[in-house]
Amino acid sequence: MNIEPGLYHLLFISGALFFIGVYGFLTRRNLITILMSIELILNSVNINFIAFNKYLWPHKMDGLFFTIFIIAIAAAEAAVAIAIIINLYRSHKSIDVESAEELKY
Amino acid sequence: MNGSSIIFYLVAALTLVCAVLSVSTRHIFRAAIYLLFTLIGIAGIYFWLDYQFIAAVQIVVYVGGIVVLIIFSIFLTQQAGEKLAKQKIGRKIFSALAVFCAFALTMLQIYQHDFVETSAPHIGNTVKDIGGQMLSTGENGYALPFEVVSMLLLAAMIGCIVIALRSKPEPK
Repeated sequence: MNIEPGLYHLLFISGALFFIGVYGFLTRRNLITILMSIELILNSVNINFIAFNKYLWPHKMDGLFFTIFIIAIAAAEAAVAIAIIINLYRSHKSIDVESAEELKY
Repeated sequence: MNGSSIIFYLVAALTLVCAVLSVSTRHIFRAAIYLLFTLIGIAGIYFWLDYQFIAAVQIVVYVGGIVVLIIFSIFLTQQAGEKLAKQKIGRKIFSALAVFCAFALTMLQIYQHDFVETSAPHIGNTVKDIGGQMLSTGENGYALPFEVVSMLLLAAMIGCIVIALRSKPEPK
């Protein structure tokens, strides 16, 4: 492991971000913070794609396009999720996941 | 250790520290602000890697769009100054342990794998190249996914309006 930043350093960062997001997803009980954790996970995937494109396939641009499409889909997903959260807040006066359990039983 | 490496390590440390704070703080508004700095740090990593277009898209879409949306929804749904409910300590410890084990396993696999770097010449990733390949219908063209994503964004927009629309009471 050398000191010059390279592919392995970027993979370390993206792996750490992914698992930080998973930790937030497991421990949080508020829907907005769960959404933030999902954003962290999607961003770690983007870093992965860009790192592989930069270091392993520099003669192609496929990783770059995947990143652009992931960003577009993440934006759409966040907008729909926030619409659902606001609708849930109107009907339940709370956005805690424990308060939305009608479908559980 | 030259200046470029130092900048990389500083940006990486900012990103990771802000990400940890974002999932661990109990003030939801602070969590949103730490998420903002994490996303800016990721944009900095893209700048460091010479992908200026992706960095610009990251700042415009995430920092300018999604974080602002999240902050507005926090304003709409949370009482000011209220902390999030405390989690059970057992769940926290179990989650941290599971996440740490998975991370260690993944990193072990990555460091044992030997990635083969190609010697093919680099091509530029200017906006002109990106746009040309994005809208090309030939081989390696991304015209079809581009159109599909535009349909998805339209569907998401209509879906948001329908979901968040306040239903009027039925006239008697």
